[in-house]
Amino acid sequence: MMNWRGATAILKNELARFFRTAFGSILSPVLTTSLYIVVFGAAIGGQMDPSQFGGASYGAFIVPGLIMLTLLSESTSNASFGIYMPKFTGAIYELLSAPVGVAETIFGFVGAAALKSLIISAIILITARVFVDYEIAHPVLAVGYVVMVAASFALFGFIIGLWADGFEKLQIVPLLILMPLTFLGGTFYSVQMLAEPWRTVAQFNPIFYLINGLRWTFTGSSDVPIGVAFGFTLAFLVLCVAVIAWIFRTGWRLRE
Amino acid sequence: MGGPILDIRGLEKTYKGGTKALAGVDLTINKGEIFALLGPNGAGKTTLIGAICGLVNPTAGSIHAFGQNTAKSWREARRKIGLVPQELSFDMFDKVIRQVRYSRGMFGCPPDEARIEEVLRSLSLWDKRDAAIRELSGGMKRRVMIAKALAHDPELLFLDEPTAGVDVELRRDMWRQIDALRAAGVTIILTTHYIEEAEEMADRVGVINKGRILLVDDKDAIMAKLGRTEAHFTLATPLAEIPAAFAHYPLTLEEGGMRLVYRGGDGTGKGKREVAELAQTLAGAGVAYTGLETRESTLEDIFVDLVEQGAQEQAA
Repeated sequence: MMNWRGATAILKNELARFFRTAFGSILSPVLTTSLYIVVFGAAIGGQMDPSQFGGASYGAFIVPGLIMLTLLSESTSNASFGIYMPKFTGAIYELLSAPVGVAETIFGFVGAAALKSLIISAIILITARVFVDYEIAHPVLAVGYVVMVAASFALFGFIIGLWADGFEKLQIVPLLILMPLTFLGGTFYSVQMLAEPWRTVAQFNPIFYLINGLRWTFTGSSDVPIGVAFGFTLAFLVLCVAVIAWIFRTGWRLRE
Repeated sequence: MGGPILDIRGLEKTYKGGTKALAGVDLTINKGEIFALLGPNGAGKTTLIGAICGLVNPTAGSIHAFGQNTAKSWREARRKIGLVPQELSFDMFDKVIRQVRYSRGMFGCPPDEARIEEVLRSLSLWDKRDAAIRELSGGMKRRVMIAKALAHDPELLFLDEPTAGVDVELRRDMWRQIDALRAAGVTIILTTHYIEEAEEMADRVGVINKGRILLVDDKDAIMAKLGRTEAHFTLATPLAEIPAAFAHYPLTLEEGGMRLVYRGGDGTGKGKREVAELAQTLAGAGVAYTGLETRESTLEDIFVDLVEQGAQEQAA
């Protein structure tokens, strides 16, 4: 039977770690995203033709992409750091010797990482409202979709944290893979603006579907069908859960 | 002492590189006892504890704790087991009380501030409850590790080298705390390479080397079997032979008859008594001596003998 007290203890512990450094954890992504909105949305965006973005202002167009950028990087790095630190300090002994299994660990570590990135994303969304006048066409679906993406990438980050055997590896995936793919996935532009072959190439970027999924919930239109974006995210989530279950069963990178 | 609380059969662990850390360990631990596992560095002590507590995947063998196979009923077993590892491993930036609460919660126990206070007070940490762990001294950090392990009231507690690298005063303090735990009914398994620690604390002693248990017995029984008293009487005048009146004592003459040596006893005090008798009767029998040195063999002598004997057997 699942050890709920154990699961919530891990969740609370991880959240407490986040709130201990809340100032830096929140301020840094909020500042970065605000700069993107000010520079791209307000300064450059004024020169853009709204017809290229489904009639929305450029500032409103980039908000979902920026939220996705934050969600992906924060969920991944929070979760990878969360499980890597106990491995690094040796405190993982307690988790391994406690009556907690894969379900409790995912609930605690991944839940906390996803929650943290959702809190930061919500703050960014509110901050964006100061600079940009955006609407959310499907608010319930937007919340559901954002939660699903945060959970998926927190699971992905958890796997990275287990795999990493040094701080350098912890940074490789978020900085060298996720960040470029997010920028190239249509955060700042619509793929309709790209010439071939880049328009086709962009469709092989998985992040493209995530950004467009969220953009659809904001504007009601996107470059891809919403079902594809939701299906893709759900498949990624299931894959990550399966990988973590395998890791716990075999003890890979956890038990000697 | 109660019945078995832990039963290990044929436990083996071979690491990926081929190192055999455990080579078929059989061991039974009884409820309520303090068991000291002695062994040199690399003997397999930490691997054995790791295998029982879930940190190491054994290659072969079985572990039953509280009558249940830990591979199957791991949740039930782990709820009742506490572990204090050798290394200080926790979130150094967190507060003492929060870390102890965290441990209690992780092991599935409901919040209980009174119990947390009790644990912290018993380890003289209550005044430091709101301090960040990194601000504490090395000894206090080690106590935080123990507090975390005790937070869920384990019935079986593993202490891996609890006094490694701590000063004498703190070591004695730690022994008092271990004694208090035993009085509270906690079964304790401690690994150490300080023989003095095993001699002071343990009810039973096991000696492990190269992944094999070389000996397990009551500490007193080991001392009785292998304990010896040695006394050197430096004589005023040399003796040609041992007087007949002392023939029933295990005596030898050394250094050209200038030294009368007693080697006997069984670790129960018999040796000391016989040396005292000798000291009195030698003077009465006209055998004058100018000096007397006595020495009791310790667990360390026994341990060194066993390890050396094991090495010789393996070489053969």
